[in-house]
Amino acid sequence: MSTQLTPVLTRYWDEPRSWTLESYERTGGYTGLRNALAKDPAELVGIAKESGLRGRGGAGFPTGMKWGFLPEPDGGPRYLVVNADESEPGTCKDMPLLMASPQLLVEGMAITSYAIGCTHAFVYVRGEVVHVYRRVLQAVQEAYAAGYLGRDILGSGFDLDITVHAGAGAYICGEETALLDSLEGRRGQPRLKPPFPAVAGLYARPTVVNNVESIASVPSILANGADWFGGMGTEKSKGYGIFSLSGHVTRPGQYEAPLGITLRELLDVAGGVRAGHELKFWTPGGSSTPMFTTEHLDVPLDFESVAKAGSMLGTRALQIFDETVSVVKAVSRWIDFYAHESCGKCTPCREGTYWLKQILTRLEAGQGVPGDLEKLDDIASNILGRSFCALGDGATSPVHSGLKYFRDEFEQAMHTPVDVSFPPHRSTVFAKEDVTS
Amino acid sequence: MGHANLPNYGTAPAPESDAYDAQVLDALLVDAAEVVRRYPQKESALLPLLHLVQSVDGYVTTRGIEFCAAMLGLSAAEVSGVATFYTQYKRHPNGDYTIGVCTNTLCALMGGDAIFERLSDHLGVDHDETTPDGAITLERVECNAACDYAPVVMANWEFFDNQTPESAVDLADALRSGAPVRPSRGADRVCTFRQVSRVLAGFPDGRADEGPGAGEASLVGLRLAKERGWHAPEPGQAQDNAADTGGRTPSGGLEPGRSGSTDTPANEPDEKPGDGKVEK
Repeated sequence: MSTQLTPVLTRYWDEPRSWTLESYERTGGYTGLRNALAKDPAELVGIAKESGLRGRGGAGFPTGMKWGFLPEPDGGPRYLVVNADESEPGTCKDMPLLMASPQLLVEGMAITSYAIGCTHAFVYVRGEVVHVYRRVLQAVQEAYAAGYLGRDILGSGFDLDITVHAGAGAYICGEETALLDSLEGRRGQPRLKPPFPAVAGLYARPTVVNNVESIASVPSILANGADWFGGMGTEKSKGYGIFSLSGHVTRPGQYEAPLGITLRELLDVAGGVRAGHELKFWTPGGSSTPMFTTEHLDVPLDFESVAKAGSMLGTRALQIFDETVSVVKAVSRWIDFYAHESCGKCTPCREGTYWLKQILTRLEAGQGVPGDLEKLDDIASNILGRSFCALGDGATSPVHSGLKYFRDEFEQAMHTPVDVSFPPHRSTVFAKEDVTS
Repeated sequence: MGHANLPNYGTAPAPESDAYDAQVLDALLVDAAEVVRRYPQKESALLPLLHLVQSVDGYVTTRGIEFCAAMLGLSAAEVSGVATFYTQYKRHPNGDYTIGVCTNTLCALMGGDAIFERLSDHLGVDHDETTPDGAITLERVECNAACDYAPVVMANWEFFDNQTPESAVDLADALRSGAPVRPSRGADRVCTFRQVSRVLAGFPDGRADEGPGAGEASLVGLRLAKERGWHAPEPGQAQDNAADTGGRTPSGGLEPGRSGSTDTPANEPDEKPGDGKVEK
């Protein structure tokens, strides 16, 4: 027997017109908000803390504690900003959630706003997914029309407006302070912390920034209770989460399960690595989390266990790569990404990712120069912990972990092009067609 | 790589001959006022206003920059600085359709590189270039949050899932011919670059109800759970025993909602590798 899947957020994604308010209400939607509005806001913050919900955007900070960090009301505005700028390579949970069940987010935002004393909340949706943006815009409109948003919500006296904002293509805007700068109409560059957004966030006012999945988890906690939520998962990583399997797996897709499930268990329900191939390496939570190998198949995917094993749970974006894939090529492409997306504000990240890219590009071509591997490690070590934000730290993860587990492949790339060692067509999904045609 | 022409803004004001005609300007002013009203501080309207400019001009023009600056009380240089930061704001007249091939690691390996290469050969353009007929702008794009459908191609920011070089060429040809093209998960047809830019400025086009709620890969876990009768625990179901026994039932299986993890407190909630506790 193994860990069972527990669809909660994904439970009604297959309903007819699942994205509509009518469908959401039919499946029990807005029970949580009604429960919440009958309580004192401070009590809601307490419930969030008791539930043990931790941020689902990667860092895993306790959500209720984040809400509790806001200073005492001073009569001025306080803001909730939802981070829907999902762009971490491998991460693909928030976009399908918003396409299928956008009302989960709207209800969660209404509850959270009431809890923290916010009357104007924002959703920052990445701009490169127009249909998701359409669905969120419409969900908010429908919620207004039904009295779940606007003035005197459900007769409670509580007012809330939601603005749905589209980004314009910048990974860095997933970093919470860069997101705030972007939402203020600036280049999306991270801010020095402190002050943290809880004290000086949007328009320098107290602000909570939460991930889509975190906020979407709030209605079920209010409807079913903190104990129900905390009864799932592990002692310190409570509840359920969406695990996104992609790559060389038989049935890629979204699998919602209690935290602490293992990749072995997930692969078991997903039909294993694609037929005729074997697992080589994988990311537990996107490209910014150090890669794992076959020796980590039984690491429980909770915050503590993954960290103990040398990586991060991140966004539970499980990218699966089989033996046809060159680690050097994978790392090189990820570094292209970080170099492209580095905002340029701080030197270690801007210059470091540039130089990592130069070295990895020549390694891909099999033209390493003596000392390149040591230099890769040295540059990455000089980015890690010295950057403004987590983008720089994240860029070092594939480099350090790649060298740690697959140094021989980097040695080989000093003189042999990776496309020779690992013919690229073998990794493609249409590899078989190529062979037979 | 890239476009031969220099960006045509940021260096000189727009010539008077480029000014918006009165009717277009009036419509822009009405729309822009609505965008500004959504925010407590007007500067926040800049990103949607730049999308709005693209919906009229097909890219971020000098006159568009000056329009945004005038609306928000910013300098043209400030607006230009923002416009150049984000990849969706185009510096050159964009094609009617942007075809973006994901060439981030996972999609690239699964076939994205081959798809891009084939499209580039077929269309005769490289990254960030537009076909001479103005129909298609080809791009390499970064991860678009659909990795379970790899390899992914975006057409004007609508999802085309599980693509092959052949399907991508068919997509490009269909778009070029002006035929209606239906995305895997999106509106009933791919809208033009200008139409989509208007949506991104926050003006709904009435297409939210089109297309599916979820694709096959999005539903795979849910369907499996239904087949096997798996679900989250019912509210009120006692979990006390589960906690005491590590979540195992007497028969050795795991109860709903429990994993076999043994809790090993090893880090602080937001600790990152490199904080000193992670082995290198």
